[in-house]
Amino acid sequence: MESAAFVRTEMAAARPPPSMDMGPVGWMRQNLFSSWLNSILTILALLGIFFALVSAAPWLIQSSWTATSLNGCREAIAEAYGEGTHGACWAVIRERYLQMFYGFYPRDSYWRPNLALVMLFVALAPVLFTSLPRRMLWFSAVYPFLGLWLLWGGSFWIVISILFGFFVGYAVLTILMRMFGQLAGVVGGALAAVLYWVILTGTVADLLHAVIPLGIEPVESARFGGFMLSTTIGVTGIACSLPIGILLALGRKSDLLIVKSICVGFIEFVRGVPLITLLFVASTLLNIFMPPGTNFDLILRVVIMVTLFSSAYIAEVVRGGLASLPRGQYEAADALGLDYWKSMRLVVLPQALKVSIPGIVSTFIGLFKDTTLVSIIGLLDPLGLANAIRADANWNGIVWELYVFIAALFFVFCFAMSRYSMYLERKLQTGHN
Amino acid sequence: MSEKRSAPSRQPFRIGMLLYDTRYRSLTIQVIALMGFMLLVAWLISNTIQNLNSLGKDVSFDFLRQPSSYDINQHLLEYDSRSSHLRASMVGLLNTLLVAVLGCTLATVVGVLIGVLRLSRNWIVARLMTIYIEGFRNVPVLLWIVFFMAILIETLPRPRDFRGDDATASMLLGDSVALTNRGVYVPEPLFSNSLGDVPILGWFSISLDLITLLIVLFVGITGAGMIRRRAERRQAETGVRPVTWPIRLGLIAIPPLVLLYLLGFHLGFPELKGFNFSGGIYMRNSMIALWLALSFYTAAFIAENVRAGIMAVSKGQTEAAYSLGLRPGITMSLVVLPQALRIIIPPLISQYLNLTKNSSLAIAVGYMDVTGTLGGITLNQTGRELETILLLMLCYLAISLSVSAILNWYNNRVKLKER
Repeated sequence: MESAAFVRTEMAAARPPPSMDMGPVGWMRQNLFSSWLNSILTILALLGIFFALVSAAPWLIQSSWTATSLNGCREAIAEAYGEGTHGACWAVIRERYLQMFYGFYPRDSYWRPNLALVMLFVALAPVLFTSLPRRMLWFSAVYPFLGLWLLWGGSFWIVISILFGFFVGYAVLTILMRMFGQLAGVVGGALAAVLYWVILTGTVADLLHAVIPLGIEPVESARFGGFMLSTTIGVTGIACSLPIGILLALGRKSDLLIVKSICVGFIEFVRGVPLITLLFVASTLLNIFMPPGTNFDLILRVVIMVTLFSSAYIAEVVRGGLASLPRGQYEAADALGLDYWKSMRLVVLPQALKVSIPGIVSTFIGLFKDTTLVSIIGLLDPLGLANAIRADANWNGIVWELYVFIAALFFVFCFAMSRYSMYLERKLQTGHN
Repeated sequence: MSEKRSAPSRQPFRIGMLLYDTRYRSLTIQVIALMGFMLLVAWLISNTIQNLNSLGKDVSFDFLRQPSSYDINQHLLEYDSRSSHLRASMVGLLNTLLVAVLGCTLATVVGVLIGVLRLSRNWIVARLMTIYIEGFRNVPVLLWIVFFMAILIETLPRPRDFRGDDATASMLLGDSVALTNRGVYVPEPLFSNSLGDVPILGWFSISLDLITLLIVLFVGITGAGMIRRRAERRQAETGVRPVTWPIRLGLIAIPPLVLLYLLGFHLGFPELKGFNFSGGIYMRNSMIALWLALSFYTAAFIAENVRAGIMAVSKGQTEAAYSLGLRPGITMSLVVLPQALRIIIPPLISQYLNLTKNSSLAIAVGYMDVTGTLGGITLNQTGRELETILLLMLCYLAISLSVSAILNWYNNRVKLKER
């Protein structure tokens, strides 16, 4: 033992890593200049950013916010920054941003779309966040009627009268179910509700309105425009297409050959044609398909076609969710003796829909972006309004400012939604696949 | 097993069994669904007939044979305003396909590049690519199209700026390409000993030079493929791979070059004449804006698909290939890419379909695709909404369904063979 020449009794202190591998220098060596190829890429990228900033920043900053016409803008910029300076004319945004948001909606009624938007978030909250009290779902169920009433105005009794239809249907359902069984109850209830809506809604609403007039000023569809119009079409389209899409997906997965072929035919047809052709149908053909004398409003026609369009896409998303469930879930539901609808409602759909929420959100993003297409058939969405503003004598010749503004707003909405959907995806990942 | 079970006694059929017996119930539901569907269709058709009657219209496709009496500024077939509406639609359909093919090519190139660069370890490049992807994905494609159109019109010089001694603009690439705010002029291929055109069915004519060139190219590629397969057989038998690439390259490249020389191939350059350019191929602004916007927009989606596909191939695969002694290039081509492509290609093709469908937005910049001709001017001139929109939908449906047929064939071919 004593022959051991040297035994270390304490640990040597750890030495710091080489200074080149530490701190900002180390980070740069690792992430920016790790090889000659990477160094070239980095330098190119930096040069690109530099030139982009140099060419865009003066235009963005040396701008005019106060003028009332494009010529006024140019004069103000020339005065402030010298002759020959190209600057943005943000004054057009300052003058017209309300129009961009609300179209030609009456100015003193802006609170209505605002309130509808706030209520939309309140209605969405219990659907998206499961920790909120379940009773809030009642508000979500009533919201579609309330929101549309707020936007279009008119007698409040119409909302009550339409909601009363559900009550009628439910009452008939319970009575018939007790007397003749479940199937007769469902069929009779649905029939009674539809008959009530088709024949009696208007009369009941008028009657109630005559007794107690309660309502807000109606707004014609022609005054709708801007982001309000985009949001209305997008949200209504997705909300209406969800139930249709779920039914289509179930039909596509079912064993019933005829039902399946109808669903597959519809889905593939809609997915095979561009949205713009469906919008042409809305603007020129839909009235021809309806009983003689019916005359829908253009926005309603567009919403109908957009709903059909997105329901095909939602159906494919939900089908993906259904396919991702293991077979054991279906078999377990059958083994419990649940019938088809009960097994779907209680076992399959809750799991499948949970998986498909990110897909539904991205369908919504796509639909929201696609609402710009309605400018082609003459509705005044932000792009349509931009064309209208450019036709104004004061702002004739303005290009970039409007497009940049619209693009920025769309970007904020869509980017936020896609981030939310990614967050959901992570949250919903329960780990057992 | 001597005991025999008696078959369940066959109950007499009762009407209630249609509802409560699972054997019959599905039939009942299907019959009801079919009847409901037929009723709906019948209702729509009867409404349509009544409405058309009251408007004094009928359903007929005769208008397709009448002269169209409008001009289409870009046509791949011979076309003038005396041609029929049918021919106008064909010109439009070809324009749609042209911009779709060009767009898919550019979108694939850009998309793969961006997708790979986004995975780069270079921090700044990866961030820039993320900005590109999020920027293009989250802004409507229609906005991109009008935006690109505005860029072309507002920032490029006018043709007259190229004139005179104090010209403010000049042509690029040795006076061969002119970028103007009316469009882009590039050199056109010309043949001094041209073989002429061959008419097909009296409908249109195809340049015989092009056909010959394609045949020669095809023969060369087939020959090169045969040589490669023979080399692979030799490698499998003896373990030695003969060097074949010079022969293969020569087989593919030399015959077309010789043919081009024999045909007297030369380029026709665009020249400034008067206030505008003439000669060369004139690509209109509307087409370029549509092409670039669709390509860059779709490229953002393709980039995400490529990234997902590459990330989906687990690292173990690469490591396993290395441990077998394969070199990085061969690992990429034989191990990683085949697996990544299986994931990338189906969404890639659905992006191609989206691009083709989005090309219908050409109407916003005045590019005359099938939506602009058949669904635009023809519809307005003849007033036959029903027929034109039906035909328009059928055109797009035919494209979509044939592409999905190819996709299904591919999916079946590369499907994991489970044993």
